[in-house]
Amino acid sequence: MARWLAQLGLRLRSLFLKARVERELEEELQYHLEREIEERRAAGLTLEEARLAARRSMGAIAQSMEECRDMRRVNFIEHPIRDVRFALRQLLKHPGFAGTAIFTLALGLCASVAIFGFVDAALIRPLPYKEPLRLVTAFGTRPDLAQSQRRGYVSYLNFLDWRARNRAFSSIAAYDVRAGFTLTTSAGAQRVSGLRVTSGFFRTLGVTPALGREFHPDEEGPAAPPTVVLAYSAWQTRFGAKPDALGQTVSLQGAPHVVIGVLPRDFHFTMAEHAEFWATIRGTQACWENRGCRSLETVARLADGVSVQTATADLDAIVQQLRSQQPDPNPATAKLVPLREVMLGDVRPIMLMLLSGAGLLLLIAAINVVSLLLARSDSRTREIAVRHALGASSARLVLQFATEALILVAAGSVFGLTLATWGMRLLSSLLSPDMISRMPYFEVIGLNVHLIGFACAVSVIGAVAFTLAPVVRVSVSEPLAGLKEGCRGSARTTWRRFGSYLVVAEIAIAVILLVNAGLLGKSLYRLLHVDTGFNARRLATLSVSPVSVPPVSIRPGPGQAKAVDADREQPGALAREVAERVAALPGVEAVGYADLLPLSPGLAPSSGFQVVGRSAGGVIEDHPVRRVSAGYFTALQATLLRGRYFTEEEVTSIRRVVIINETAAQRYFPGEDPIGKSIVIGAPPAREIVGVVADIKDGPPETPAHAAAYVPFDQVGFGLVVRTLQAEEPLFPSLVAAIREVRPGLLVQGETSMTERMNRLASASLHRATAWLVGSFAAMALVLSLVGLYGVVAYSVGQRTREIGVRMALGARRRSVYQLVVGEAARLVGVGTALGMICAVAAATLMRRLFFGVQSWDAPTLATAAALLIVSALLASYIPARRAASVNPTDVLRAE
Amino acid sequence: MSKPTDLVQGTLDLLILKIIALEPMHGWAIAGRIRQMSNDVLQVGQSALYPALHKLEQQGWIDAEWKLSENNRRAKYYALTRSGRKALAKEAGRWERLSTAISLIVSRA
Repeated sequence: MARWLAQLGLRLRSLFLKARVERELEEELQYHLEREIEERRAAGLTLEEARLAARRSMGAIAQSMEECRDMRRVNFIEHPIRDVRFALRQLLKHPGFAGTAIFTLALGLCASVAIFGFVDAALIRPLPYKEPLRLVTAFGTRPDLAQSQRRGYVSYLNFLDWRARNRAFSSIAAYDVRAGFTLTTSAGAQRVSGLRVTSGFFRTLGVTPALGREFHPDEEGPAAPPTVVLAYSAWQTRFGAKPDALGQTVSLQGAPHVVIGVLPRDFHFTMAEHAEFWATIRGTQACWENRGCRSLETVARLADGVSVQTATADLDAIVQQLRSQQPDPNPATAKLVPLREVMLGDVRPIMLMLLSGAGLLLLIAAINVVSLLLARSDSRTREIAVRHALGASSARLVLQFATEALILVAAGSVFGLTLATWGMRLLSSLLSPDMISRMPYFEVIGLNVHLIGFACAVSVIGAVAFTLAPVVRVSVSEPLAGLKEGCRGSARTTWRRFGSYLVVAEIAIAVILLVNAGLLGKSLYRLLHVDTGFNARRLATLSVSPVSVPPVSIRPGPGQAKAVDADREQPGALAREVAERVAALPGVEAVGYADLLPLSPGLAPSSGFQVVGRSAGGVIEDHPVRRVSAGYFTALQATLLRGRYFTEEEVTSIRRVVIINETAAQRYFPGEDPIGKSIVIGAPPAREIVGVVADIKDGPPETPAHAAAYVPFDQVGFGLVVRTLQAEEPLFPSLVAAIREVRPGLLVQGETSMTERMNRLASASLHRATAWLVGSFAAMALVLSLVGLYGVVAYSVGQRTREIGVRMALGARRRSVYQLVVGEAARLVGVGTALGMICAVAAATLMRRLFFGVQSWDAPTLATAAALLIVSALLASYIPARRAASVNPTDVLRAE
Repeated sequence: MSKPTDLVQGTLDLLILKIIALEPMHGWAIAGRIRQMSNDVLQVGQSALYPALHKLEQQGWIDAEWKLSENNRRAKYYALTRSGRKALAKEAGRWERLSTAISLIVSRA
């Protein structure tokens, strides 16, 4: 122990009292020298001779001193410090090289760290619930749909049975998908976001309120008192973040709700889309009392040790029990899907694609820097050979390279991380509030431990690569070759070839990014311009419902809603009144209404199709069915292919007629005229087909064409489409006012133009963001690879200056010099492009799910990408070619 | 044949320790004493001696002190530490065994 302390003491002394230690060392050796001289003097030599003899016998003092220093292990710290100083001096002497390398690294790091920030926020950061991987959503579905379905609905009564009877879940809760409340304040009534949940909702998620408490079981149900839990943001904006918010009341849906709690700040629930108010399922609502009205989605926590399979089996048994007990059309089987997949399933492939794109960009940046380093170590071969000859060990040289690499990487990382923070902030600001509410995990993006760890890992790998490059270069070439003047060793050509391989790789990567960016762009265009089957311009949309009935029923089965509303309303009467009122407004060209508007997200009510007079063949297929007004198709400006649209009379008396779309006609009546034929939609009696209309996009635009049918409207709540003469925006206030006048207590909401609806669709926004990002990566990759190409060609020209001079002296014309240089570049570009095309198509095929209406081998996109690359590459190689062609042969030969 | 300095370095450490064990000395005196005691066979130059001394000091087996030498100049005197004494005994024993073993093989016809 004492020995170790003594050693440490010595080392520290060597470090901090360096000057004194050096002096002592010198003095010690000086003493030895003097004794040597004395001895020789004593033997009879003169002072001069003695000195010479002594010096000679002692040999290289400097070396011994160095060895002594080595022994004191001082050099462990000395040398690195010296290396760093030397490396910094070198970099400052070559600012062009240093600047380019650092900038390139910063660019690559910025892109990958920024994207990784989003990937981290979405996929790596755990959800803000307790043990989120144990959470699932459970729903009932048909066995043939079970495989593909990720989300499904449950009715409240069924849910109660599930809650009471299940043994596989430690807790199960549900939320009503019909979100939103009407908040009445002194300023008037407004629509706010909110969700109705069962009492155990937050407990199931494992979320503890930041303030107050969550719901008690007796705060749910028909007789429950109205209570509400606030989201953190709502507490801040509406109650000033004051603790006395608890106990205050908020008027929701006309009833005063008592605030009992506030949720934690980091809480989010993707399906809630930024809900401000959370209330319970309480009071009476027709849908909740009807076992067939499926309006809830569930959240369940698996009990300890229970697997998804066991839980599914357990729930399935309950579902079958219920089916046998109740005569209602219950679903046939239960399905469980991990909650994480429901929330993130759509976003994962896009995130991965963006991460790969950023990764490729980083790779190009790294390759560029390696090329730069190789070119520079080429010009340093002399220096290195001299140091080698003076006795520097290879370890010292490697350490020197490593120090330079580390400094480059460190500088690049600092800049890259700074740029990345800005980049992330910029990208976050580009996300529309709509998108953020659908992807709430993107709300907080910033530098955190994961990102810094990622940046460090990348930096370390980069540092290793950047050390190895010059080291391999130097050790492969003959060590003494550098000392010879005008050396033209074979190593030089090897490295030139290696440099060209690097450029080929860069170009291939750039091609991959370009092609995929092009495909995404084209896919976005196709998405936005998909043939919707109607004219989306100058079309205003909104939804109307009496407050007591849900705005637009999501899934009433055929005939269900009728039974529900029969005692309240003459079905369709309200809609007809409103339509008449609106049609009379100035600026309105046509009006139509339907139970669900076109391009609606989510599940559509569907029923089985059965052609009368034909055997079903065992399987009755379900297709979406819409309930529409007589003027619906005219207002939409859809295309009538055969027959006619409904008459007013048919809709008023809800005749049993139907209009089918083109796909349905081709599916069920191939080669014959469907008009006049009978078909059973859902339940008998059959309906007569009176018209065939061209396909209208009912759901999200990326859904493929499917059969659909339209029957006369028979609901209470509806969606209204208004064809306007001028722009839609100015008309909304008068529209809404006119509708409210028809009946008191009507809820009018969601007024947007159809084009706005299309732009705001989840798929469109996500597509747009991805296309822009990959496009910018492609642009940066193109620039970087052009820089790399320029570098290699310029370097090669520099190497071959003499050869070119000789050629020109021998009579070659300028044009042949151009051909020589540009030809070399063209060869590189050609190989790189071909290679890149193959990889690009392969990558696009892997990601074909993300593209819409576009093939992975889309010829025009490939051709455009190739053309762009080739043209810019040739331009890039033009400059060195010009310089080569303007070489004066006599000057070159003279410099020999 | 391995580098000659390797073997010599290890044994040089042993020689230094042995010589200092009798009394503290400076580098010049140590070299002289080695030469004298080996009948001029072993001539240790400063290039080998001083690195060895510094290494031994770093290892804590010898201690250094600046004193006035016999020619009235300051010199760095090295003395054995307690752990140095233990190390000396161990190294001496090892050398015995090693050299006996080698002699056995080499002297056999």
